[in-house]
Amino acid sequence: MIRKRPITLTVNGSTYARDIEPRRLLTDFLREDLGLTGTHVGCEHGVCGACTVLLDGNSARACLCLAVQADGRDVTTVEGMGEIGALSLLQEKFRKHHALQCGFCTPGMLATAHEILNDAAPLTDAEIREALSGNLCRCTGYEHIVRAVSEALSERLGGAATGSAPNAG
Amino acid sequence: MASHRGEAKLIAGGQSLMPMLNFRLLDPALLVDISRLPDLAQITASGRGITVGAGVCHHALMRSPELAERLPIINHTMQYVAHMAIRNRGTIGGSLAHGDPAAELPLLAVLLDADIHITGPAGDRTARAEDFFLAPLTTDLSEDEILTAVTFPNLAAGSGWGFEEIARRTGDFALAGAGAVLTLHHGVIADVRLAMMGVDETPRRLPAIEAMLLGRAWDAGVRASAVRQVREQVNPMSDLQASADYRRHLAGVVAGRALDTAWAKGHMP
Repeated sequence: MIRKRPITLTVNGSTYARDIEPRRLLTDFLREDLGLTGTHVGCEHGVCGACTVLLDGNSARACLCLAVQADGRDVTTVEGMGEIGALSLLQEKFRKHHALQCGFCTPGMLATAHEILNDAAPLTDAEIREALSGNLCRCTGYEHIVRAVSEALSERLGGAATGSAPNAG
Repeated sequence: MASHRGEAKLIAGGQSLMPMLNFRLLDPALLVDISRLPDLAQITASGRGITVGAGVCHHALMRSPELAERLPIINHTMQYVAHMAIRNRGTIGGSLAHGDPAAELPLLAVLLDADIHITGPAGDRTARAEDFFLAPLTTDLSEDEILTAVTFPNLAAGSGWGFEEIARRTGDFALAGAGAVLTLHHGVIADVRLAMMGVDETPRRLPAIEAMLLGRAWDAGVRASAVRQVREQVNPMSDLQASADYRRHLAGVVAGRALDTAWAKGHMP
């Protein structure tokens, strides 16, 4: 039996203290110990991006992080990004542009897109595609995801939303 | 590390090690997390070059003003390393110690004649990058040693550089990649380095081609000859991603393009 280690971390603004095995992945800790099942587990080796969360504000693969490595850190999962009736800017744009179908990739897409918005640099659609390239989606063909992120980014940068369909939303 | 010899692994960003643990390819009895050692997170400029602590992540390399001023090939090349979330966590020390033959940082270390600083029970030592990579995923680092930092020597003033790789998708490991650095004197190549990745057991320089290019102008004839020789001198493998012949072809393509860029940049004031 491996000795458990105490960790204390902030997840979506709440502080949690738990004793966990050092081998526990952050994905399993979030989903099974904290019951936050919005973080999805796809490939478990860093390729698909479904488990992407924000670690101290920067995107990170939760499947490639041991929960003990998140000790003292600030984690944001999709549950901390907005809620029904109070969607985040990105969630609102994903809804408006139909940027999700099955929704499996969406929590990871949102985490990556959060970092894109936080960087606050103007990006072309090609650059947005490149920034999202670590998150796989098998439904949408990406087109609508790029539109959603692009519009959220232009609003964040203070410009008027460009290129949105007049009848959308 | 010493008391668990052979059973211990260092972990920092874990972007190479964690997949191997998740696949149960490795089951170390002890993991030592070095990701919070502040001394490993420094980028220091000196007269000789830039020393990068082993714990510096790819994202920090990409944005480093010290590197942008003296070794912009490193900032530029980091955009090819995996994806944003991986670059936020993965470290230069981890990438070098992992020693993937298709990875960008091992190639840069070999191309730029980096010194790799290592600490262990026997004290400190420095390995030349060219001697450090022994085989795929195998380096000169012994089980009780830590890679602490890497020193990249300054480039000569006016150096031109280029890096090119071809991968099946953005962020995938390269099927073939090449880096080139050169200086010009009176319109001909006075000094040149050419390194390849993904087309041999380790990243490696091509000294015969470097020697052939000295004193030449990079014209169409020299280019064709260099590309042909690159294809003769690399030793790629076939796998699910690409056949050896296709990789051999790509090796010539990327080497030619990297040298095109280096030659063009070498002419800039």
